[in-house]
Amino acid sequence: MAYVAVKGGERAIDAAHAWLAEERRGDPDVPEITIAQIGEQLGRAVDRVMAEASCYDPALASLAIKQAQGDLIEAAFLLRAYRTTLPRFAAARPIDTDAMQISRRISAIYKDLPGGQVLGPTYDYTHRLLDFRLADGAPPADDSPPASALQDMPKNGAEEGAAAGRMKPVSAILAHEGLIEEDDVADAPPGDLTREPLAFPAGRDLRLQALARGDEGFLLSLGYSTQRGWGGTHPFVGEIRVGEVAIEIDPPELGFPIEIGDIIVTECQMVNQFKGSKAAPPQFTRGYGLCFGHGERKAMAMALVDRAMRAEELGEEVIAPAQTIEFVLSHCDNIEATGFVEHLKLPHYVDFQSELETIRRLRREAEAFASQDRREAAE
Amino acid sequence: MTGLDLPGFADPVGDAQTTFRALLDAMARPGTLHEVADLAAPPPLGAASASVLLTLVDGETSLWLDASCMAARAWLVFHCGAVLTDDPATAAFAVSIGMPPLGIFCAGNDVAPEESATLVVQVEELGTGPAYRFSGPGLRLPSLLQVAGLPEDFPVQWTANHALYPRGIDLVLCAGARFCCLPRSVQIEMG
Amino acid sequence: MSFYNFAYLDEQTKRMVRRALLKAVAVPGHQVPFGSREMPLPYGWGTGGIQVTASILGRNDVLKVIDQGADDTTNAVSIRRFFARTAGVATTTRTAEASVIQTRHRIPETALREGQIVVYQVPLPEPLSRLEPSRAAASEMHALGDYGLMHVKLYEDIARLGHVSISYDYPVMVNRRYLMAPSPIPAFDNPKLNRSPALHLFGAGREKRIYAVPPYTEVRSLDFEDHPFRLTRAPQSCALCGARTSYLDEIVTDDMGGRMFICSDTDYCAERREKDAAE
Repeated sequence: MAYVAVKGGERAIDAAHAWLAEERRGDPDVPEITIAQIGEQLGRAVDRVMAEASCYDPALASLAIKQAQGDLIEAAFLLRAYRTTLPRFAAARPIDTDAMQISRRISAIYKDLPGGQVLGPTYDYTHRLLDFRLADGAPPADDSPPASALQDMPKNGAEEGAAAGRMKPVSAILAHEGLIEEDDVADAPPGDLTREPLAFPAGRDLRLQALARGDEGFLLSLGYSTQRGWGGTHPFVGEIRVGEVAIEIDPPELGFPIEIGDIIVTECQMVNQFKGSKAAPPQFTRGYGLCFGHGERKAMAMALVDRAMRAEELGEEVIAPAQTIEFVLSHCDNIEATGFVEHLKLPHYVDFQSELETIRRLRREAEAFASQDRREAAE
Repeated sequence: MTGLDLPGFADPVGDAQTTFRALLDAMARPGTLHEVADLAAPPPLGAASASVLLTLVDGETSLWLDASCMAARAWLVFHCGAVLTDDPATAAFAVSIGMPPLGIFCAGNDVAPEESATLVVQVEELGTGPAYRFSGPGLRLPSLLQVAGLPEDFPVQWTANHALYPRGIDLVLCAGARFCCLPRSVQIEMG
Repeated sequence: MSFYNFAYLDEQTKRMVRRALLKAVAVPGHQVPFGSREMPLPYGWGTGGIQVTASILGRNDVLKVIDQGADDTTNAVSIRRFFARTAGVATTTRTAEASVIQTRHRIPETALREGQIVVYQVPLPEPLSRLEPSRAAASEMHALGDYGLMHVKLYEDIARLGHVSISYDYPVMVNRRYLMAPSPIPAFDNPKLNRSPALHLFGAGREKRIYAVPPYTEVRSLDFEDHPFRLTRAPQSCALCGARTSYLDEIVTDDMGGRMFICSDTDYCAERREKDAAE
């Protein structure tokens, strides 16, 4: 009987897990992948998992990727579930991206600027041709750039900027002339949506937190929609920078901050044209994006959506999904989304049964009405 | 005397769970009496008040202390990590010997009635004294409970609190190791 | 598992959930926001129920976990194992023996008693969500007790179909104040909530809401005087135990229209059969 097959859940689960482990390992004749290999050679995947898990730990993210067979949402979920259980010792001071050890920094709104344009490690100008030399680890062919090319580049920060130790963001140039809105610096400590449930309308601190851990694909599509007229923001890339920043905490017993480590982040400052409204004079406005690791697509999409969500604050008409704070924040989290979409595969037969009975009853009644109508018509 | 020489729960995980389950049952069945395990509570708090606070209060909640409870202040700060507030209107929890006026505490708002304060009030005795009659959600039939040490106008104060529903203060009455809960949903008359 | 705390959650998280639970009990049917944590099980698979259970569970509890009324469906097995591993509590399939029952989509047929706690896994705690997708707007309606939207929806059903078309997660009024989603239990189970001797706790992890129905609290399924609430169940009796009043699953036995109907509550069905065998 089919019903019996549904039972025995306990044995079925054990068998499924055993099969999964076997499938994860794949052909045992192929060497097992190591965490170090994932961390060193699949860095962008590791970065994405850390960003969406809100947990900066490349080794654990690599482990999660291995355990999840490269399913990055599943890996982010593993890392998040681990993160939840961690005790919180201290809150870090805000990171200072002006002091970033820059590996890449570009601006689209000035040809040249203090600190210079630093192309850094980017896929932007690669030709997307499969490189078959990578397939079997052969040495680079003759047409690949000489190793000396790297030495010609300013490393670890453009030299002018690095000499000064700090590199002001491009938006500061506009601010100097008073052409861009002030950055709103809140006095209150920022909220934390992993501890307190979101209430709407959410402040910008919580919105940025939600976006920073939001799904890259979702934000990308939403950001894209603003470019196609669904809540347009007239964006320019003021600046994108990627590099290392120091994490500092203030141990209360010391009375001064100490550095506990460095993390790599990507920051995007979008500069948006703004004609002014009842609420604000004509000026440039800001959209901000920041994420763990090297994630330009994510940081740019985030900056677009951040600016779009400021529509109401700036007195713009709220008409598009990307401008609707509750819509964006309720749906940008891929761990929540994947759980709820995939829960549809859990058994729902009790509810389906009640639907069956309701449909059957409604059909019986409709049929009875119809035959009554036919009788009356015949009479 | 600071009470700092006194320990908290002997078994932090188990004792908090047992106390909470008693609290949950007490809140679900207003006016039913419950008892906590023995605890060396910092004076003037009894075992019930101290256990309830250890169970519910921590660094994420604000606590208001009535002047009568100041002797237990250091103990509460150390063992609960409580964030003390001087303003009763901002307190999530309040502790007092004898009933403070209910009107000074936050009753929540219509969208978020859960933001109201929970008062832990130590009375003289539970199980003796004037009888009160409780009715409302949680009770199959109206129930009676004797409480010694409530102000004379308590039923009037409570009627005003209940009238705010779904806003309103929730009360935990404690005496020694005994306690009972009076959620805002309950109606109270002299028995 | 000694790396993790008793019942998985850390004590600070438990305190936060416990505070929310007490407020939920004090305002029956009102959804209390809580700082739902990421759990090691996916959202939508019972994370709210699991957080509630983990926050109330003690060493002396006896836990029963059901999904669709059955103790041995895979998700029920998985959650029961989680607590057996992380809390080491005793588990049971017997409704009468359980002190805590975590459930998805059903309320047991066996009458509940005082002192028992039923924990519901809730996917969508907002009963107005299908009519008003904005949670902020729905909260306003709850604040005002303005449920006109829901009454209009039910009325339209009746005008068009002659009946209310909702067959599960059928909205209820709790203590005459709050409109509440009873979770996706079949409407058949709604009357079991009314003035029940047990305490009912609802946890929605993804939506970060907790709500409660205390014992002996009025829970009324929304209806109209001229169109009273009606139960729907398959008219058959159980093919295994002969029960005529229990909620039935429809089992497809072949692809020629063959059907059999059996109790959805596996414990209820098994007990009835044991009793019959003993007589």
